Amino acid sequence: MHTAYAYSVSMSIRHGLLALLERGPSHGYQLRAEFDAATGATWPLNVGQVYSTLDRLERDGLVVQDGEPDADGRIAYRITDVGQAELRGWFASPVSAKSAPRDELAIKLALAVTTPGVDVLRVVQTQRTATMTGLQELTRLKTRVHDDVELAWSLVLDSLVFRAEAEIRWLDHCEARVARAAAERRSAAAERPAPAAPPLTTGKAGRR
Amino acid sequence: MTEAVLRLSGVTREHGQGDVVVQALRGVDLAVLPGELVAVMGPSGSGKSTLLHLAGGLDRPTSGSVVVEGRDLATLTAAQVAAVRRRSVGYVFQDLNLLPSLTAVENVALPLELDGVRGGMARRAAREALDEVGVGALAGRFPDEMSGGQQQRVAIARALVGPRRLLLADEPTGALDSTTGEEVLRVLRARCEAGAAGVLVTHEARHAAWADRVVFLRDGVVVDQSGPAAAAESLLPAGGVG
Repeated sequence: MHTAYAYSVSMSIRHGLLALLERGPSHGYQLRAEFDAATGATWPLNVGQVYSTLDRLERDGLVVQDGEPDADGRIAYRITDVGQAELRGWFASPVSAKSAPRDELAIKLALAVTTPGVDVLRVVQTQRTATMTGLQELTRLKTRVHDDVELAWSLVLDSLVFRAEAEIRWLDHCEARVARAAAERRSAAAERPAPAAPPLTTGKAGRR
Repeated sequence: MTEAVLRLSGVTREHGQGDVVVQALRGVDLAVLPGELVAVMGPSGSGKSTLLHLAGGLDRPTSGSVVVEGRDLATLTAAQVAAVRRRSVGYVFQDLNLLPSLTAVENVALPLELDGVRGGMARRAAREALDEVGVGALAGRFPDEMSGGQQQRVAIARALVGPRRLLLADEPTGALDSTTGEEVLRVLRARCEAGAAGVLVTHEARHAAWADRVVFLRDGVVVDQSGPAAAAESLLPAGGVG
Protein backbone atom coordinates (compact mmCIF):
# COMPACT_ATOMS: atom_id res chain seq x y z
CA MET A 1 0.00 0.00 0.00
CA HIS A 2 1.67 3.13 -1.14
CA THR A 3 1.65 5.87 -3.81
CA ALA A 4 -1.65 7.43 -4.80
CA TYR A 5 -3.90 5.44 -2.49
CA ALA A 6 -1.81 6.00 0.63
CA TYR A 7 -1.36 9.64 -0.27
CA SER A 8 -5.07 10.15 -0.65
CA VAL A 9 -5.89 8.31 2.59
CA SER A 10 -3.46 10.44 4.53
CA MET A 11 -4.89 13.57 2.88
CA SER A 12 -8.35 12.59 4.03
CA ILE A 13 -7.24 11.90 7.59
CA ARG A 14 -5.82 15.42 7.66
CA HIS A 15 -9.09 16.94 6.50
CA GLY A 16 -11.11 14.56 8.62
CA LEU A 17 -9.30 15.70 11.77
CA LEU A 18 -9.68 19.34 10.75
CA ALA A 19 -13.42 18.80 10.29
CA LEU A 20 -13.69 17.27 13.77
CA LEU A 21 -11.66 20.11 15.31
CA GLU A 22 -14.01 22.59 13.66
CA ARG A 23 -16.56 21.51 16.30
CA GLY A 24 -14.15 22.49 19.08
CA PRO A 25 -10.75 21.63 20.61
CA SER A 26 -10.10 17.95 21.19
CA HIS A 27 -7.28 15.49 21.89
CA GLY A 28 -6.10 12.47 19.92
CA TYR A 29 -8.08 9.70 21.62
CA GLN A 30 -11.26 11.72 21.43
CA LEU A 31 -10.63 12.52 17.74
CA ARG A 32 -10.13 8.87 16.90
CA ALA A 33 -13.42 7.94 18.57
CA GLU A 34 -15.25 10.80 16.84
CA PHE A 35 -13.76 9.88 13.46
CA ASP A 36 -14.97 6.29 13.87
CA ALA A 37 -18.39 7.53 14.97
CA ALA A 38 -18.69 9.89 11.98
CA THR A 39 -17.56 7.37 9.38
CA GLY A 40 -19.13 4.25 10.87
CA ALA A 41 -15.74 2.68 11.52
CA THR A 42 -15.43 1.84 7.80
CA TRP A 43 -11.99 3.34 8.00
CA PRO A 44 -10.61 2.66 11.46
CA LEU A 45 -7.65 4.79 12.53
CA ASN A 46 -5.06 3.90 15.12
CA VAL A 47 -4.06 6.49 17.66
CA GLY A 48 -0.52 6.63 16.26
CA GLN A 49 -1.90 7.77 12.86
CA VAL A 50 -3.97 10.41 14.61
CA TYR A 51 -1.02 11.84 16.56
CA SER A 52 1.40 11.76 13.62
CA THR A 53 -1.22 13.55 11.52
CA LEU A 54 -1.77 16.12 14.30
CA ASP A 55 2.02 16.69 14.37
CA ARG A 56 2.03 17.42 10.65
CA LEU A 57 -1.02 19.66 10.92
CA GLU A 58 0.71 21.59 13.70
CA ARG A 59 3.91 21.83 11.65
CA ASP A 60 1.88 23.27 8.74
CA GLY A 61 0.12 25.78 11.01
CA LEU A 62 -3.35 24.27 10.52
CA VAL A 63 -3.80 23.42 14.24
CA VAL A 64 -2.21 24.59 17.48
CA GLN A 65 -1.98 23.04 20.92
CA ASP A 66 -4.80 24.27 23.12
CA GLY A 67 -3.47 24.96 26.60
CA GLU A 68 -1.45 22.64 28.85
CA PRO A 69 -1.66 18.81 28.94
CA ASP A 70 -4.47 17.47 31.17
CA ALA A 71 -3.96 15.28 34.25
CA ASP A 72 -3.40 12.23 32.01
CA GLY A 73 -0.81 14.12 29.97
CA ARG A 74 -3.10 14.42 26.92
CA ILE A 75 -2.77 17.51 24.74
CA ALA A 76 -5.81 19.11 23.15
CA TYR A 77 -5.57 20.73 19.71
CA ARG A 78 -7.52 23.60 18.21
CA ILE A 79 -8.03 24.54 14.52
CA THR A 80 -6.41 27.78 13.27
CA ASP A 81 -7.73 30.27 10.70
CA VAL A 82 -5.41 28.68 8.15
CA GLY A 83 -6.83 25.29 9.09
CA GLN A 84 -10.38 26.55 8.61
CA ALA A 85 -9.49 27.90 5.17
CA GLU A 86 -7.97 24.52 4.26
CA LEU A 87 -11.15 22.76 5.43
CA ARG A 88 -13.39 25.10 3.43
CA GLY A 89 -11.30 24.39 0.34
CA TRP A 90 -11.66 20.65 0.86
CA PHE A 91 -15.44 20.76 1.18
CA ALA A 92 -15.73 23.09 -1.81
CA SER A 93 -13.73 20.91 -4.19
CA PRO A 94 -14.82 17.58 -5.72
CA VAL A 95 -12.93 14.37 -5.11
CA SER A 96 -10.91 13.52 -8.20
CA ALA A 97 -11.79 10.19 -9.77
CA LYS A 98 -8.23 9.76 -10.99
CA SER A 99 -6.24 10.22 -7.81
CA ALA A 100 -8.44 8.96 -5.00
CA PRO A 101 -10.26 5.84 -3.96
CA ARG A 102 -14.00 6.37 -3.83
CA ASP A 103 -13.99 6.11 -0.05
CA GLU A 104 -12.76 9.66 0.24
CA LEU A 105 -16.09 10.84 -1.07
CA ALA A 106 -18.08 8.80 1.45
CA ILE A 107 -15.83 10.05 4.24
CA LYS A 108 -16.17 13.62 3.03
CA LEU A 109 -19.97 13.47 3.02
CA ALA A 110 -20.05 11.76 6.42
CA LEU A 111 -17.97 14.59 7.83
CA ALA A 112 -19.90 17.27 5.94
CA VAL A 113 -23.17 16.27 7.63
CA THR A 114 -21.53 16.28 11.07
CA THR A 115 -19.51 19.51 10.70
CA PRO A 116 -21.44 22.62 11.74
CA GLY A 117 -22.29 25.13 9.05
CA VAL A 118 -21.21 23.11 6.01
CA ASP A 119 -23.63 23.41 3.06
CA VAL A 120 -23.94 19.68 2.45
CA LEU A 121 -26.16 20.12 -0.62
CA ARG A 122 -23.49 22.30 -2.19
CA VAL A 123 -20.85 19.64 -1.46
CA VAL A 124 -23.13 17.06 -3.14
CA GLN A 125 -23.79 19.30 -6.16
CA THR A 126 -20.11 20.16 -6.64
CA GLN A 127 -19.27 16.47 -6.69
CA ARG A 128 -22.21 15.59 -8.96
CA THR A 129 -21.20 18.19 -11.53
CA ALA A 130 -17.60 16.93 -11.49
CA THR A 131 -18.69 13.30 -11.79
CA MET A 132 -21.13 14.19 -14.58
CA THR A 133 -18.38 16.01 -16.48
CA GLY A 134 -16.28 12.84 -16.21
CA LEU A 135 -19.25 10.75 -17.35
CA GLN A 136 -19.71 13.01 -20.39
CA GLU A 137 -16.03 12.59 -21.27
CA LEU A 138 -16.37 8.79 -21.06
CA THR A 139 -19.49 8.92 -23.23
CA ARG A 140 -17.64 11.01 -25.82
CA LEU A 141 -14.90 8.39 -25.87
CA LYS A 142 -17.56 5.73 -26.42
CA THR A 143 -18.91 7.51 -29.49
CA ARG A 144 -15.52 7.04 -31.14
CA VAL A 145 -15.30 3.33 -30.34
CA HIS A 146 -16.55 0.77 -32.85
CA ASP A 147 -17.96 -2.11 -30.86
CA ASP A 148 -17.09 -4.76 -33.43
CA VAL A 149 -13.37 -4.03 -33.54
CA GLU A 150 -12.80 -2.66 -30.05
CA LEU A 151 -15.19 -4.62 -27.90
CA ALA A 152 -12.76 -5.03 -24.99
CA TRP A 153 -12.03 -1.31 -24.74
CA SER A 154 -15.71 -0.54 -25.10
CA LEU A 155 -16.55 -2.82 -22.16
CA VAL A 156 -13.89 -1.18 -20.00
CA LEU A 157 -15.40 2.20 -20.83
CA ASP A 158 -18.82 0.82 -19.92
CA SER A 159 -17.52 -0.25 -16.51
CA LEU A 160 -16.31 3.30 -15.84
CA VAL A 161 -19.61 4.68 -17.13
CA PHE A 162 -21.67 2.47 -14.81
CA ARG A 163 -19.44 3.32 -11.85
CA ALA A 164 -19.85 7.05 -12.45
CA GLU A 165 -23.58 6.56 -12.86
CA ALA A 166 -23.75 4.67 -9.56
CA GLU A 167 -21.92 7.50 -7.83
CA ILE A 168 -24.36 10.07 -9.19
CA ARG A 169 -27.33 7.94 -8.11
CA TRP A 170 -25.83 7.67 -4.65
CA LEU A 171 -25.30 11.45 -4.56
CA ASP A 172 -28.97 11.96 -5.59
CA HIS A 173 -29.93 9.64 -2.76
CA CYS A 174 -27.74 11.52 -0.26
CA GLU A 175 -29.25 14.81 -1.39
CA ALA A 176 -32.79 13.55 -0.85
CA ARG A 177 -31.91 12.17 2.60
CA VAL A 178 -30.18 15.40 3.67
CA ALA A 179 -33.06 17.54 2.40
CA ARG A 180 -35.59 15.40 4.27
CA ALA A 181 -33.53 15.50 7.48
CA ALA A 182 -33.27 19.30 7.18
CA ALA A 183 -37.03 19.59 6.71
CA GLU A 184 -37.61 17.47 9.82
CA ARG A 185 -35.17 19.62 11.81
CA ARG A 186 -36.94 22.77 10.63
CA SER A 187 -40.34 21.51 11.72
CA ALA A 188 -38.88 20.42 15.08
CA ALA A 189 -37.18 23.81 15.48
CA ALA A 190 -40.44 25.59 14.67
CA GLU A 191 -41.92 24.01 17.79
CA ARG A 192 -38.93 24.83 20.02
CA PRO A 193 -36.49 27.47 18.71
CA ALA A 194 -32.81 26.67 19.33
CA PRO A 195 -29.68 28.84 18.91
CA ALA A 196 -27.98 28.38 15.55
CA ALA A 197 -24.43 27.07 15.19
CA PRO A 198 -21.83 29.57 13.88
CA PRO A 199 -21.55 29.12 10.12
CA LEU A 200 -18.56 27.69 8.31
CA THR A 201 -19.32 28.88 4.80
CA THR A 202 -17.99 26.76 1.99
CA GLY A 203 -17.76 29.79 -0.23
CA LYS A 204 -19.49 30.31 -3.54
CA ALA A 205 -20.19 27.54 -5.94
CA GLY A 206 -17.18 26.33 -7.86
CA ARG A 207 -17.84 26.58 -11.58
CA ARG A 208 -15.26 25.16 -13.83
CA MET B 1 -22.74 34.44 -32.42
CA THR B 2 -25.20 31.83 -33.70
CA GLU B 3 -28.76 32.52 -32.71
CA ALA B 4 -30.28 30.09 -30.24
CA VAL B 5 -33.06 27.86 -31.56
CA LEU B 6 -34.62 27.91 -28.10
CA ARG B 7 -34.15 30.61 -25.49
CA LEU B 8 -35.79 30.71 -22.09
CA SER B 9 -35.20 33.93 -20.13
CA GLY B 10 -36.23 34.38 -16.52
CA VAL B 11 -38.97 31.80 -16.93
CA THR B 12 -41.25 31.29 -13.95
CA ARG B 13 -44.32 29.05 -13.98
CA GLU B 14 -46.75 29.01 -11.08
CA HIS B 15 -49.66 26.67 -10.64
CA GLY B 16 -52.62 27.49 -8.38
CA GLN B 17 -53.51 30.76 -6.69
CA GLY B 18 -53.19 32.61 -3.37
CA ASP B 19 -51.95 30.47 -0.48
CA VAL B 20 -51.61 27.34 -2.59
CA VAL B 21 -49.30 28.72 -5.30
CA VAL B 22 -46.77 26.12 -6.40
CA GLN B 23 -43.76 27.41 -8.32
CA ALA B 24 -42.88 24.72 -10.83
CA LEU B 25 -40.09 26.85 -12.31
CA ARG B 26 -38.38 29.89 -10.82
CA GLY B 27 -36.32 32.23 -12.99
CA VAL B 28 -34.90 29.68 -15.41
CA ASP B 29 -32.55 30.83 -18.17
CA LEU B 30 -31.61 28.36 -20.87
CA ALA B 31 -30.37 28.74 -24.44
CA VAL B 32 -29.94 25.88 -26.89
CA LEU B 33 -27.95 26.50 -30.06
CA PRO B 34 -28.20 24.61 -33.33
CA GLY B 35 -25.89 21.59 -33.15
CA GLU B 36 -26.25 21.35 -29.40
CA LEU B 37 -27.84 18.66 -27.23
CA VAL B 38 -28.68 19.83 -23.71
CA ALA B 39 -29.83 17.40 -21.03
CA VAL B 40 -32.05 18.55 -18.19
CA MET B 41 -31.65 16.33 -15.16
CA GLY B 42 -33.65 16.34 -11.99
CA PRO B 43 -35.82 14.20 -9.74
CA SER B 44 -39.57 14.03 -10.25
CA GLY B 45 -41.16 17.30 -9.23
CA SER B 46 -38.07 19.33 -10.09
CA GLY B 47 -39.82 21.06 -13.03
CA LYS B 48 -38.37 19.05 -15.95
CA SER B 49 -41.67 18.37 -17.66
CA THR B 50 -42.91 21.92 -17.11
CA LEU B 51 -39.75 23.19 -18.78
CA LEU B 52 -40.33 20.93 -21.79
CA HIS B 53 -44.00 21.93 -22.08
CA LEU B 54 -43.07 25.61 -22.02
CA ALA B 55 -40.30 25.10 -24.59
CA GLY B 56 -42.74 23.39 -26.93
CA GLY B 57 -45.46 26.02 -26.57
CA LEU B 58 -47.83 23.56 -24.85
CA ASP B 59 -47.91 25.79 -21.77
CA ARG B 60 -47.22 29.47 -21.09
CA PRO B 61 -44.90 30.94 -18.44
CA THR B 62 -46.29 33.07 -15.59
CA SER B 63 -43.40 35.45 -16.29
CA GLY B 64 -40.29 35.48 -18.44
CA SER B 65 -40.06 34.69 -22.12
CA VAL B 66 -39.82 31.61 -24.34
CA VAL B 67 -38.33 32.31 -27.77
CA VAL B 68 -38.36 29.59 -30.45
CA GLU B 69 -36.51 30.31 -33.70
CA GLY B 70 -36.50 34.00 -32.86
CA ARG B 71 -40.25 34.21 -32.12
CA ASP B 72 -41.37 35.14 -28.61
CA LEU B 73 -44.29 32.79 -27.99
CA ALA B 74 -45.94 35.26 -25.59
CA THR B 75 -46.51 37.73 -28.45
CA LEU B 76 -48.24 35.16 -30.67
CA THR B 77 -51.89 34.14 -30.92
CA ALA B 78 -52.87 30.58 -30.08
CA ALA B 79 -53.06 29.76 -33.80
CA GLN B 80 -49.58 31.20 -34.39
CA VAL B 81 -48.17 29.18 -31.48
CA ALA B 82 -49.74 26.07 -32.99
CA ALA B 83 -48.03 26.89 -36.28
CA VAL B 84 -44.65 27.29 -34.52
CA ARG B 85 -45.23 23.91 -32.89
CA ARG B 86 -45.96 22.27 -36.26
CA ARG B 87 -43.11 23.87 -38.18
CA SER B 88 -40.35 24.23 -35.62
CA VAL B 89 -40.79 21.75 -32.75
CA GLY B 90 -40.71 17.97 -32.61
CA TYR B 91 -41.42 15.80 -29.59
CA VAL B 92 -40.17 12.35 -28.67
CA PHE B 93 -41.84 10.75 -25.67
CA GLN B 94 -41.03 7.58 -23.77
CA ASP B 95 -43.48 5.52 -25.82
CA LEU B 96 -46.66 5.67 -27.89
CA ASN B 97 -45.03 8.17 -30.24
CA LEU B 98 -46.41 6.76 -33.47
CA LEU B 99 -49.93 6.34 -34.78
CA PRO B 100 -50.46 2.57 -34.98
CA SER B 101 -52.58 2.66 -38.14
CA LEU B 102 -49.93 4.46 -40.20
CA THR B 103 -46.66 3.10 -41.60
CA ALA B 104 -43.31 4.57 -40.55
CA VAL B 105 -43.11 6.84 -43.59
CA GLU B 106 -46.75 7.94 -43.17
CA ASN B 107 -46.10 8.77 -39.51
CA VAL B 108 -43.08 10.89 -40.41
CA ALA B 109 -44.86 12.62 -43.33
CA LEU B 110 -47.92 13.45 -41.22
CA PRO B 111 -46.72 16.72 -39.61
CA LEU B 112 -45.68 18.02 -43.04
CA GLU B 113 -49.03 17.11 -44.58
CA LEU B 114 -50.88 18.75 -41.68
CA ASP B 115 -48.86 21.84 -42.47
CA GLY B 116 -50.04 21.82 -46.09
CA VAL B 117 -47.08 20.15 -47.80
CA ARG B 118 -48.25 18.08 -50.79
CA GLY B 119 -48.29 14.28 -50.38
CA GLY B 120 -45.45 13.33 -52.72
CA MET B 121 -43.14 16.00 -51.37
CA ALA B 122 -43.95 15.11 -47.76
CA ARG B 123 -43.20 11.45 -48.45
CA ARG B 124 -39.87 12.27 -50.05
CA ALA B 125 -38.87 14.38 -47.04
CA ALA B 126 -40.05 11.60 -44.72
CA ARG B 127 -37.97 8.95 -46.51
CA GLU B 128 -34.95 11.19 -46.28
CA ALA B 129 -35.54 11.70 -42.54
CA LEU B 130 -35.86 7.93 -42.03
CA ASP B 131 -32.58 7.36 -43.92
CA GLU B 132 -30.87 9.85 -41.65
CA VAL B 133 -31.74 7.83 -38.55
CA GLY B 134 -30.82 4.52 -40.18
CA VAL B 135 -34.29 2.99 -40.64
CA GLY B 136 -34.96 3.86 -44.30
CA ALA B 137 -35.54 0.16 -45.00
CA LEU B 138 -38.46 0.06 -42.58
CA ALA B 139 -40.46 2.84 -44.26
CA GLY B 140 -43.39 0.56 -45.10
CA ARG B 141 -43.70 -1.08 -41.69
CA PHE B 142 -46.38 -0.38 -39.12
CA PRO B 143 -45.27 0.46 -35.55
CA ASP B 144 -46.22 -2.98 -34.19
CA GLU B 145 -43.92 -4.54 -36.80
CA MET B 146 -40.92 -2.67 -35.40
CA SER B 147 -38.85 -3.01 -32.21
CA GLY B 148 -38.99 -0.34 -29.52
CA GLY B 149 -35.64 1.07 -30.59
CA GLN B 150 -36.71 1.25 -34.24
CA GLN B 151 -39.93 3.03 -33.26
CA GLN B 152 -37.96 5.63 -31.32
CA ARG B 153 -35.74 6.23 -34.36
CA VAL B 154 -38.85 6.81 -36.45
CA ALA B 155 -40.09 9.21 -33.75
CA ILE B 156 -36.80 11.14 -33.95
CA ALA B 157 -37.13 11.27 -37.76
CA ARG B 158 -40.67 12.65 -37.40
CA ALA B 159 -39.54 15.20 -34.82
CA LEU B 160 -36.95 16.62 -37.22
CA VAL B 161 -38.67 16.17 -40.59
CA GLY B 162 -38.71 19.12 -42.98
CA PRO B 163 -37.66 22.47 -41.55
CA ARG B 164 -38.02 21.46 -37.89
CA ARG B 165 -34.83 21.66 -35.86
CA LEU B 166 -35.92 21.85 -32.21
CA LEU B 167 -36.23 18.37 -30.74
CA LEU B 168 -37.74 17.99 -27.26
CA ALA B 169 -37.25 14.51 -25.83
CA ASP B 170 -38.91 13.36 -22.61
CA GLU B 171 -37.20 10.19 -21.29
CA PRO B 172 -37.00 8.81 -24.86
CA THR B 173 -35.14 5.69 -23.78
CA GLY B 174 -37.16 5.01 -20.63
CA ALA B 175 -38.90 1.97 -22.11
CA LEU B 176 -35.81 0.44 -23.74
CA ASP B 177 -33.06 -1.88 -22.51
CA SER B 178 -29.67 -0.26 -21.97
CA THR B 179 -28.05 -1.30 -25.28
CA THR B 180 -31.04 -0.28 -27.39
CA GLY B 181 -31.43 2.92 -25.41
CA GLU B 182 -27.82 3.76 -26.13
CA GLU B 183 -28.34 3.30 -29.86
CA VAL B 184 -31.28 5.71 -29.76
CA LEU B 185 -29.18 8.27 -27.87
CA ARG B 186 -26.42 7.84 -30.42
CA VAL B 187 -28.92 8.71 -33.17
CA LEU B 188 -30.27 11.65 -31.17
CA ARG B 189 -26.76 12.98 -30.67
CA ALA B 190 -25.90 12.51 -34.37
CA ARG B 191 -29.00 14.48 -35.45
CA CYS B 192 -27.98 17.29 -33.13
CA GLU B 193 -24.44 17.25 -34.47
CA ALA B 194 -25.99 17.57 -37.93
CA GLY B 195 -27.56 20.88 -36.89
CA ALA B 196 -30.64 20.26 -34.75
CA ALA B 197 -31.06 21.71 -31.27
CA GLY B 198 -32.03 19.07 -28.73
CA VAL B 199 -33.38 19.15 -25.18
CA LEU B 200 -33.28 15.79 -23.45
CA VAL B 201 -35.14 15.44 -20.18
CA THR B 202 -34.07 12.50 -18.08
CA HIS B 203 -33.37 11.36 -14.55
CA GLU B 204 -30.69 8.90 -15.72
CA ALA B 205 -27.12 10.21 -15.50
CA ARG B 206 -25.92 7.70 -18.10
CA HIS B 207 -28.39 9.08 -20.64
CA ALA B 208 -27.79 12.72 -19.76
CA ALA B 209 -24.07 12.13 -20.38
CA TRP B 210 -24.73 11.98 -24.14
CA ALA B 211 -25.46 15.70 -24.06
CA ASP B 212 -22.98 18.52 -24.63
CA ARG B 213 -24.27 20.18 -21.50
CA VAL B 214 -26.15 18.85 -18.48
CA VAL B 215 -28.37 21.25 -16.58
CA PHE B 216 -29.35 20.26 -13.03
CA LEU B 217 -32.84 21.27 -12.01
CA ARG B 218 -33.95 21.23 -8.36
CA ASP B 219 -37.28 22.56 -7.11
CA GLY B 220 -37.72 24.63 -10.25
CA VAL B 221 -34.28 26.23 -10.11
CA VAL B 222 -31.21 25.50 -12.23
CA VAL B 223 -28.61 24.78 -9.54
CA ASP B 224 -25.62 23.93 -11.70
CA GLN B 225 -24.53 22.67 -15.08
CA SER B 226 -21.72 20.55 -16.41
CA GLY B 227 -19.98 20.43 -19.73
CA PRO B 228 -17.70 22.59 -21.85
CA ALA B 229 -20.30 25.28 -22.57
CA ALA B 230 -20.97 25.88 -18.89
CA ALA B 231 -18.70 28.91 -18.72
CA ALA B 232 -19.98 30.47 -21.93
CA GLU B 233 -23.63 30.85 -20.99
CA SER B 234 -23.75 31.20 -17.23
CA LEU B 235 -27.14 30.28 -15.92
CA LEU B 236 -27.42 31.67 -12.44
CA PRO B 237 -25.61 33.48 -9.69
CA ALA B 238 -23.74 31.15 -7.36
CA GLY B 239 -25.30 29.43 -4.42
CA GLY B 240 -28.48 27.67 -5.71
CA VAL B 241 -29.55 25.03 -3.19
CA GLY B 242 -29.16 25.25 0.51
